[in-house]
Amino acid sequence: MKKNDTKSILLVGVGGQGTILASKILSEGLVRKGYDVKMSEIHGMSQRGGSVTTHVRYGSKVASPVVPEGEADVLVAFEKVEAARWLQYLKKGGTLVVNDFEIYSLPVLTGAAKYPEGVTEKLRAAVPNTKVFNAGEIASSLGNIKAQNIVLLGALVKAMGLEDLDWEDVLKELIPEKLLDLNLKAFRAGLEQ
Amino acid sequence: MRKIMTGNEATARGAWEAGLHFAAAYPGTPSTEILENLALYKDKGVYSEWATNEKVAVEAAAGASIAGARALAAMKHVGLNVAADPFFTLAYTGVNGGLVIVSADDPGLFSSQNEQDNRFYASHAKIAMVEPSDSQECLDYVKEAFEISEKYDTPVLFRVTTRICHSKTLVETGDRVEREVRPYKKDVTKYVMAPANAKRRKQILTERIAALKEYSETTPLNRVERGSGTVGIITSGISYNHAKEVFGDEASYLKLGFTWPLPEKKIRDFAASVETLYVIEENEPYLENYVKALGIACTGREKLPWIDELTPERVRRAFFPDSEESGGYSIDAEIPPRPPVLCAGCTHRGFFYEVGKYKDIVVTGDIGCYTLGIVPPLSVTDTVICMGASVSGGVGFRKAVERAGRKEKVFAVIGDSTFFHSGITGLIDAIVNKAPIVVNILDNRITAMTGHQENPGTGRTLMGEPTHQVDLKALCMACGVKEENIRLIDPYDLTATRDAVRAGYEATEPFVIITTSPCALIKEVVRRRANMKCFVDEEKCVKCKLCLKAGCPAVNFRDGRVYIDRASCNGCTVCMQICPKHAIVREG
Repeated sequence: MKKNDTKSILLVGVGGQGTILASKILSEGLVRKGYDVKMSEIHGMSQRGGSVTTHVRYGSKVASPVVPEGEADVLVAFEKVEAARWLQYLKKGGTLVVNDFEIYSLPVLTGAAKYPEGVTEKLRAAVPNTKVFNAGEIASSLGNIKAQNIVLLGALVKAMGLEDLDWEDVLKELIPEKLLDLNLKAFRAGLEQ
Repeated sequence: MRKIMTGNEATARGAWEAGLHFAAAYPGTPSTEILENLALYKDKGVYSEWATNEKVAVEAAAGASIAGARALAAMKHVGLNVAADPFFTLAYTGVNGGLVIVSADDPGLFSSQNEQDNRFYASHAKIAMVEPSDSQECLDYVKEAFEISEKYDTPVLFRVTTRICHSKTLVETGDRVEREVRPYKKDVTKYVMAPANAKRRKQILTERIAALKEYSETTPLNRVERGSGTVGIITSGISYNHAKEVFGDEASYLKLGFTWPLPEKKIRDFAASVETLYVIEENEPYLENYVKALGIACTGREKLPWIDELTPERVRRAFFPDSEESGGYSIDAEIPPRPPVLCAGCTHRGFFYEVGKYKDIVVTGDIGCYTLGIVPPLSVTDTVICMGASVSGGVGFRKAVERAGRKEKVFAVIGDSTFFHSGITGLIDAIVNKAPIVVNILDNRITAMTGHQENPGTGRTLMGEPTHQVDLKALCMACGVKEENIRLIDPYDLTATRDAVRAGYEATEPFVIITTSPCALIKEVVRRRANMKCFVDEEKCVKCKLCLKAGCPAVNFRDGRVYIDRASCNGCTVCMQICPKHAIVREG
């Protein structure tokens, strides 16, 4: 089996949270940095409240577009139960970034299932490198909760040590002008987490 | 310039660069974005259309090809079942302008009703097949596919899978090569497949296969990558990438990009050059069967899973079962499922809620958002088979019920786009064969499940031009439904919906209910309803939780009280109408 320099990132969330846009910006930045990049997204029925996952991998030469279990350098969860759902993808010693944010699925809303308690504490206890913060609240305080994906992107960039890239330039290209200011602020707020 | 593109974007780009003139498709995940991207080239030489179904798409593309144009039809794997009829005969006629048919398979069933491996369609129909492994190959190979098509006078099956369609990898783009539409020369022996002509064409088809076999041996689409070790791997499509992830550069690869007909000599030579031979492919043992039929020993299926898509760890577990357990973390918590649901404010909810009140209604369902009528707490749908089967299946169900002397009433539920796709033939069947079923066309004025594509009911084409809007009521009447047996209802109005469902339930003749409220996610609808919200009057609420029976994700029961999420509520009022205590109020 081979070992190479490929880095793997898994972004997980719920349909409508903006995981795909965040992954797109991330991938574009990595391409500009000269890496071979592969990104794989799974949607389909997910825009109707299902879970959404995107895999982003980069390095000198990437083989599979899919992150193997236990090999993600960073797992970014846009919703905290989704962090628990995908935790086996995070490699030992990897970084977990969790949005301290709850979205109840329909089985939870109707009482058929229970939203687990103490997830954040359990995540912290299991993964030494865990960062938890409420990106939704940060984005709301900046003007719009929808920018929470960019807050998380900022935190991810910091976790991966990718700050030495003109991310603001990438954001300018991929975010509509009237939302740009908000998103630039959101990105900077994320970098501080 | 290097760009990062999905397989679908790259396929569209490659087809355009190849001088494509005509493209048609019916939307279906994971293939939808191919045509959406081709439509961007409407002022740059490509005409694109949404066809009413995949058979129509392939036939339209075939017509364009015969006329001399380079043509492409795209569909998801199950779409090729619909288009199988022309597909098999086109192997006989061949083409004039290059003809490429894209089949986007869905190993892992991310959004499909089955997991079929359409590589077998190529060998079954005797149509040349090309399989790319990433976006660059999508772009390059689709160009080559047009060349193959014209050189060998054959349609080409371009087989991709979800992971290729929806993964982004780096692509070097090129320029378009403009092509004239080739001249057309009448040739009934080639294009009229009456038995005598078809028999002659079968002979030509056999000769073509021999030529394609030669091509398969020499094309760079089938390449050997020599490694340092003794293991050899035969693979194609996305499986190549997963194999490469696990085996790296140590193994040797016979990477097959042209996969029907397969290169016998190349395979024999490769097998002879390695000590251990693996075949790595997902779903069916398509390559492996061929290798074994050549009398070559190899390992594949006995290690690899039959179901689900391949991933690097599935390949690893299969071939290195003793390797250390993958790292990974876990916590001890019961993680609740997150199934897809009808959106907050979905127009279908009220209809399902009213139908669900009848215990002796059997709901034959269909493919689309309204498939989600199966999800609790609505849980009304009994069957979902394929596009259009709600209506025709409903006819059969009703006939069996009558034969058995039972009383279940059949409600067939189908969307607008699906009705045009293949529901209408079932309705005609119901009329002619006097099956008193209720056909419910949930017309939300868009092809919603695949992400809002135009259809014959929307009044717009794929390329954004206004066009004729088909009148569903008039269409049903033309099929023979009596006007008094048709109800048009606003499904947000539960009283009107209840009356219509009752009328259908009691009807003794074929009956049609058409809902008339557009999808809640259409931009103009979102804008129009932006300030419409429902909220709970806490003083009146007795916490009976009946409102939760609507299964709306905006209605929550948390911390001992019911509340409605303002961000997702669109004020549809279905929960408000269900509430017996009038404790839900609407504003806006």
